[in-house]
Amino acid sequence: MHPALQGLLTILIGVGGCVGYFYFSNQLLDKVLFPAKGPNIGRNINRANMIRPWLFLAPAIAALGLYLAYPVVATFWLSVTDRDQGGAFVGLTNYSQMLAEPKFIEALRNNMLWLIIVPAASTAFGLLAAQLTDRIKWGAIAKSLIFMPMAISFVGAGVIWKLVYETRPVDVEQIGVLNAVYLALGGTEPQTWLTIPLWNSIFLMIVLIWIQTGFAMVILSAALRGIPEETIEAAIVDGANPFQIFFKIKVPQIVGTIIVVWTTITIVVLKVFDIVFAMTNGQWETQVLANYMYDKMFRAGDWGVGSAAAMIIMLLVTPILVWNVYNARKEMR
Amino acid sequence: MDNIAGSKSSLTWVVHISVVLLVALWLFPTVGLLVSSFRTADQIATGGWWKAMLPAEQNQTFRATDPDDEGAQSRDGDLYVIEGNVFEGAAVGEISVWGTSSREISAYQAGETADLGDGEMLTVQANGDYRLTSPTEMSGRGQRIFTTAVTPPDFTTQNYKDVLFTEGSGGGMAKAFFNTLTVTIPATIIPILIAAFAAYALAWMDFPGRALLIAAVVALLVVPLQLALIPLLRFHNEIGIGKGYVGVWLAHTGFGLPLAIYLLRNYMVGLPRDIIENARVDGASDFQIFVKIILPLSFPALASFAIFQFLWTWNDLLVALVFLIDSSGETTVMTKQIVELLGTRGGNWEILATAAFISIAVPLAVFFMMQKYLVRGLLAGSVK
Repeated sequence: MHPALQGLLTILIGVGGCVGYFYFSNQLLDKVLFPAKGPNIGRNINRANMIRPWLFLAPAIAALGLYLAYPVVATFWLSVTDRDQGGAFVGLTNYSQMLAEPKFIEALRNNMLWLIIVPAASTAFGLLAAQLTDRIKWGAIAKSLIFMPMAISFVGAGVIWKLVYETRPVDVEQIGVLNAVYLALGGTEPQTWLTIPLWNSIFLMIVLIWIQTGFAMVILSAALRGIPEETIEAAIVDGANPFQIFFKIKVPQIVGTIIVVWTTITIVVLKVFDIVFAMTNGQWETQVLANYMYDKMFRAGDWGVGSAAAMIIMLLVTPILVWNVYNARKEMR
Repeated sequence: MDNIAGSKSSLTWVVHISVVLLVALWLFPTVGLLVSSFRTADQIATGGWWKAMLPAEQNQTFRATDPDDEGAQSRDGDLYVIEGNVFEGAAVGEISVWGTSSREISAYQAGETADLGDGEMLTVQANGDYRLTSPTEMSGRGQRIFTTAVTPPDFTTQNYKDVLFTEGSGGGMAKAFFNTLTVTIPATIIPILIAAFAAYALAWMDFPGRALLIAAVVALLVVPLQLALIPLLRFHNEIGIGKGYVGVWLAHTGFGLPLAIYLLRNYMVGLPRDIIENARVDGASDFQIFVKIILPLSFPALASFAIFQFLWTWNDLLVALVFLIDSSGETTVMTKQIVELLGTRGGNWEILATAAFISIAVPLAVFFMMQKYLVRGLLAGSVK
């Protein structure tokens, strides 16, 4: 069968199944189990209304439990067992084995660099772009162009930037912008940018910064607009210059939003996989945790160490998770 | 007062210029890829794409007609002559300099005559016409001619035909395109349906454990899907769906649900209480309220999430690698295809650029058409 037809058919089955479930389970509840008629009408309606929320929630709870909650436990269990010994409990052996690996230490070090540089740079550029575009007429167009990389896949962005970093032999004309600029500015010979340790990690980070800046800009721009006019007017009357207004009046009022942007990008960074996978695959000392984990799990087939690496990512996410839950609960009260 | 006004207008100029620079910087890499996808391999290899709009200087090598060919040599007085045009009607350009050996490709100006020894003379004109004369009959292979020509800007759509429809030459993107679409559409619609019902329950129905469930959704929002790979792959194998579309739809549904529920609940909570309570008083059931009132009113939130989920599933690589693509490669998606091309044809930029642009085009179109909803969703999901 043609894949398009097959796709269409499965869409119909999947969607039809969902709609059917909700419709018929409600019908069953209202018409068969607890019909709103007869001698027990009041009790029946109450019972039906007690059960209905769970009817609405059931598919979501099942999917969330199975696809997100259960794997956390299962991965933890995998990380303390050994696949080769038939899943026997081995305690922290996988972790100690992993810590002894130079590649893991490299991944951890690179991840720390990513965690510092990418959120900081994206937020800074986003704030700059938000502040600048809010002041001009064609700001909306400028914004949507800076926001555009958001729609591009990490893999697509990898290809786009690989062309920027492309290297040709010394006697041939350079087709990568970076080398062309480098030579025009007096560089002696073209560099293979992605093979220079530490710098290459930065070049990979630039790809993510390029993508995430738009996100930061959109959110921070909304926050900047939410600042009460009076505070700015008061500052102008007091003779503050534009920089003072920005850093001393505006930024302190949107600190909360800046933190939200920062943590959201931090989570993206922790999961970053595609960019490294597509551009260097962790060679030349560019390894990061998510790619290291993929290597271990699916190339080396070492589930124990791979799961241990995944648990490290989980551990790094946990503070943000707790903070988010705390804030959400505070807000609901 | 003049002073302040003056400094203000100069600052406005600084702002305008900074924004132009920023936008240019952000756009430049993508434009590079787009331009490259419309150039031939030769053009890409000989000059940066930023020169594509200008006439380019190109070095090419040609061979004059083989003297041993039937009727290649004609007589002109007592000379043997071979005549022709190096371009043979193809990529026409203006030759500036030329040469006869690879070491001296710019030995002669266009229109000059070169002495090749033994009385052989070669003249190459700017338009590519050449005339090779010799007092004796010539033999051996055709004379090589190295030219440096200025060719006008030239774009082609051939790359797209090759990449989409020609199997083998890095092609087969058409198949991957359909596979991606097959993954994306159900993986977008199913979580919306499930999440909408759950969000309604969490927003407007009263039951024990509601606050706890909401907290759980917020927590699951940040759980890295990396943790789910092995346990779920094992689970899929155990229940017999293995690697395939069903698995990838389920996985995307599971991973997309927290954001969907979170966004939709936040939106639904903000709907006016009166409407819902009036409907209840009028005897509408929760199911009716949901379908007839809540769903239509929640359209903006549904649209935002749909765009997120669409972009995410379309652009995804990891989930497809783990849950979908088996060793047969029949179900490969575009992102995987591009990674493969990066590995095997890392230097063939005409193929890479075109393949990448095919996969980028759809999300970009969606992005520009539905940007309003995307921004709204981002704000609802983050500014708290």
